[in-house]
Amino acid sequence: MTESNAPASATAPRSGVPVLEARNVSKYFGRVVALKDVSLAVRPGEVNCLLGDNGAGKSTLIKILSGVHGPDEGTLLMNGEEIKLSSPRDALNRGIATVYQDLSVLPLMSITRNFFLGSEPTKGWGPLRRFDLDTSSRIAKEQMREIGIEVRDTGQLVGTLSGGERQTLAIARAEYFGAKVLILDEPTSALGVKEAAIVLRHVLRARTKGLGVIFITHNVQHALPVGDVFTILSQGRLEGTFRKGEVDMERLLKLMGGGSELDDLERELEELAREAEQGEDISALPPVLDETPTGTHGFPTI
Amino acid sequence: MTSSAASPAAGRLRDIGIWRRFLNRPEFGSIVGAILVWTFFAIIAGGKGFTSPKGIAGTLEIASQIGILGVTVSLLMIAGEFDLSIGSMVGASGLVLGFLIVEAGWPVWAAVIAAFAFALSVGAFNGYLVYKTGLPSFLVTLATLFILRGAAIGFTRLLTNLTVISGIRDKTEGDPIAWLFSGILFSPERGADFKISIIWWLGLALVATWVLLRTRFGNWIFGVGGSSVAARNVGVPVARVKILLFMTTAASACLLAMIQVFSAGSADVLRGQQKEFEAIITAVIGGTLLTGGYGSALGSMFGAFTLGSTQLGIVFAGINTDWYQAVLGIMLLVAVLVNNWTRRRASEARR
Repeated sequence: MTESNAPASATAPRSGVPVLEARNVSKYFGRVVALKDVSLAVRPGEVNCLLGDNGAGKSTLIKILSGVHGPDEGTLLMNGEEIKLSSPRDALNRGIATVYQDLSVLPLMSITRNFFLGSEPTKGWGPLRRFDLDTSSRIAKEQMREIGIEVRDTGQLVGTLSGGERQTLAIARAEYFGAKVLILDEPTSALGVKEAAIVLRHVLRARTKGLGVIFITHNVQHALPVGDVFTILSQGRLEGTFRKGEVDMERLLKLMGGGSELDDLERELEELAREAEQGEDISALPPVLDETPTGTHGFPTI
Repeated sequence: MTSSAASPAAGRLRDIGIWRRFLNRPEFGSIVGAILVWTFFAIIAGGKGFTSPKGIAGTLEIASQIGILGVTVSLLMIAGEFDLSIGSMVGASGLVLGFLIVEAGWPVWAAVIAAFAFALSVGAFNGYLVYKTGLPSFLVTLATLFILRGAAIGFTRLLTNLTVISGIRDKTEGDPIAWLFSGILFSPERGADFKISIIWWLGLALVATWVLLRTRFGNWIFGVGGSSVAARNVGVPVARVKILLFMTTAASACLLAMIQVFSAGSADVLRGQQKEFEAIITAVIGGTLLTGGYGSALGSMFGAFTLGSTQLGIVFAGINTDWYQAVLGIMLLVAVLVNNWTRRRASEARR
């Protein structure tokens, strides 16, 4: 369903200058090598899925791309020109917007207040310069309607929205304030199937609008339908970059986790399943079994 | 508006909407609480003078003094921080004022400016320390609370051999600057003095509410308290917001010191003791969450009225004043429970 939304041209390999590119980036924390020689590029109208298991260096790479850390080696380029990001605000001003998994919106603030936090429109002059709530509410309501969330009152708290709606709100806000690159940090990992679908639909929508999207996830099932490019990280190194159609799910999973570890896990799970069939008490099994069917296809989400 | 004829139910829905919106406001509980508490004491102590002009003037004076602190503390708490040092700040800035007027012979206006400058710089120091160290403000300002109190006693004894500076009234009698802090607005009868501090209290509450709900800075206060990381990510100057709010609480403590010193005619190291906790209680009764991100300055104003009514109501009812603190604790507990309920309601309200 999600694939049918994408224009046919978007699936073909795109040429052109990447809107954002990290070239041979490394980052060290003391003696720990968090990232080594990693490159990633995203072009306008393209979704680059950044895949990797926990600790693969995804967060470090995002923090470099969104201006939280500077790289120790390597360069960042925007539209082909080298840039240095001094802060998250600097990145935002250049059009690099990052939506964090659970730090993107504030549940105890209203929809309007969340939407305009940090970029409030004002009216009036001097000491009477004030937050233009009427204009803000009107825009927020329009934007919410456009992303398919119908609210009676944008004064209601964001806490009343579902998880998927909150992520969508954060994406819509980034688009509204002129983002050229959207970095989405695990936007679907805490969501159920239905909620994740809402978010994925908006990832595709952002792509259609010509934004470059970097979509971070460890869920291959969410990545495959929306991604044009797949960048796989493992233990701080680049494991490979593939275009759509060059890889399948199994190959991605193997690359993400390291093949042998995955084989070990599979064997272990088969062993447990056999024991269960032989009349063992299933409730005594480790909880990892409960997670596998919904989660990451063979990956324990611990 | 134009479609009211087409949908006859619109008028009714609108009423319910406003009522529900009021129910979901953080200050809802404090308004109801203030009415209930005042009515309670009006019933049991009304015959003994609680509802007389003298009783009302007294209630408002106590409320105004607690409320001046409570209003600014609620802003700081919404931003997710505490300021315990304000209790000592009341004593310390009063001593600065008293010393400069009586011992150094400064004109009143200069001493007032100096005292505010002192308070603002301590507030800025608190804020900077909290921001720079990342330590909980509870600890940082607990330290400042003791440092200020100790240093105030130490310096005053060193300079004057006493811990009280008296004789301020002689130097400030009839001074228009002093009147700004301790003046009497009107007295409908002997002993029933409506003080100018009431104007400070109501004025501060209204300005704080306007800033909180109608300015960019107010939106930043909510954002910083909700999550300083999220706020920083969207470009809110978190450090500036916090430091300015610590300066505001310190300035409000200094304002209270001016009011007390000019009214009493003396400055005492021990002034303002436990005011830091009363201010926090006032803010919580006003609907502000201890964890930040949600609350009301207007609620704090009503919270102060509740505290004032209780403190004076107990006296008028002839109950031993020892019970005041116990009642305060119970009110705090009830307020926390009501706040939790209100917040849950607001978060669950469906579209």
